[in-house]
Amino acid sequence: MRFKGLRNILFETGDISRFAGRFFAEAFVPRYEFREFLRQSYYIGYKSLPLVALTAFIIGLVITIQSRPTLVEFGAEAWLPQMISVSLIREIAPVITALICAGKIGSGIGAELGSMKVTEQIDAMDVSGTNPYKFLVVTRVLATTLMIPVLVVFADAISLYGGYLGANIRGVVSWDLFWNQVFESVTFNDLLPSLLKTFFFGFAIGIVGCYKGFSTQKGTEGVGRSANSAVVVSSILVFIIDLIAVQIADLMGLT
Amino acid sequence: MMENKNIAKAIQSDEIVMSIKGLCKSFGSNHVLRDFSLNLFRGENIAVIGKSGSGKSVLIKCVIGLLKADKGSITVLGEDVGNLNRRQLDEMRVKVGFLFQSNALYDSMTIRENLEFPLRRHRRKDKPENVDDLVMEALSNVGLEETVDMMPSELSGGMRKRIALARTLILKPEIILYDEPTTGLDPITGREISQLMVEIQKKYNTSSIIISHDMNCVKIASNRIAMLIDGTNYATGPFDELKEFNDPKVRSFF
Repeated sequence: MRFKGLRNILFETGDISRFAGRFFAEAFVPRYEFREFLRQSYYIGYKSLPLVALTAFIIGLVITIQSRPTLVEFGAEAWLPQMISVSLIREIAPVITALICAGKIGSGIGAELGSMKVTEQIDAMDVSGTNPYKFLVVTRVLATTLMIPVLVVFADAISLYGGYLGANIRGVVSWDLFWNQVFESVTFNDLLPSLLKTFFFGFAIGIVGCYKGFSTQKGTEGVGRSANSAVVVSSILVFIIDLIAVQIADLMGLT
Repeated sequence: MMENKNIAKAIQSDEIVMSIKGLCKSFGSNHVLRDFSLNLFRGENIAVIGKSGSGKSVLIKCVIGLLKADKGSITVLGEDVGNLNRRQLDEMRVKVGFLFQSNALYDSMTIRENLEFPLRRHRRKDKPENVDDLVMEALSNVGLEETVDMMPSELSGGMRKRIALARTLILKPEIILYDEPTTGLDPITGREISQLMVEIQKKYNTSSIIISHDMNCVKIASNRIAMLIDGTNYATGPFDELKEFNDPKVRSFF
């Protein structure tokens, strides 16, 4: 049993893939759970906005403050808006938002569905004429897939505003000059790959949270474990997807 | 299987509403049910008793289609459960209510929404005012009309059990499957729930399978007892007569 750990990882990868495959088999055939999808979008999107906004603002501010001395040393202070806008939009805002959502949303879904599993609420749904996978999983995964890109767009804007304030703590950059330089440096090639990958981030966070919830065992102890491993696995997946997305963008010349 | 000869006394009707024949179910190398057979008659409450982990809950989960049997047949109101597709299974589940051991009330919904859930999902043509009436009727059956806008977390264990029972009753099922209905309740509340089960049986002429190891509940609520021992229906008969059996396995329960 030397490779037991590796075997378990491979088995779990297979199970998650099958679970994700079922999403595509069930998501596009009636009955559509539109009300539940809207409810989940509200919780996942709107309710996560304050946390995402605060994090994005602080990250934008801190990165600008920390980058400034190096640029000043090379006499390139005027490049500050260009540099922070490209790094925030291309990488930092999407990944930080996805990690925040993996923590907040992934653990929430894992714990909620996990406790529903151990208290037989999922079975109760099944005997009440409702397909639990459609009602609970499809709606949540669709909501995370569509809401995380929206949150990332907000995070981009708010982190840049944080950057503007950061640039004005030591130096003086006018509002118009800052945003002119931001929009001059950011191109379609920066925005598109970074936005596209966030759909995959959202899908991964939703599917892992739901899978962990649905496979919960051993009572309340299992619920805690599900919530915890939902965060760990979805965070790792966010980095793996990010790595793959960067490689693909590079191969396609979108750099 | 030891079958008592005076069963007819306890049974209300000779119409079989559920027939389980040669049911087998295993989880890996753990053979939980081995050739289990049982008939349920209309208007009859039958209690299935057995040790913890003997497969009692597995039995009724196979009946409702939450678990698939490995071998054997389950016929519910003339339909073979193993051959039903999803839609047919949903139609069958309208006629068969299931009371979960942990009540399984939806934590994120009010009592009204909990009760409306099976109504709205199973019978989509019901008009909202009709749904309201049915909700209040189900709550009045269990004497908890005042809880309609409360959350499940605000209720006591006994109240939650009553609400779960009201949710099971709201579709007016012909058969009710009770999974450990009195587990976790104090003896007085347990007795009240058992009496409520008898009232429901009389009021709606329902047939029930009651999974329990609470002998007070079994005595109050059941017409017959089936003893699930070693995966089979070891003995069947009314409470008072099984109590007199000389078999040590049967006697150990009384």
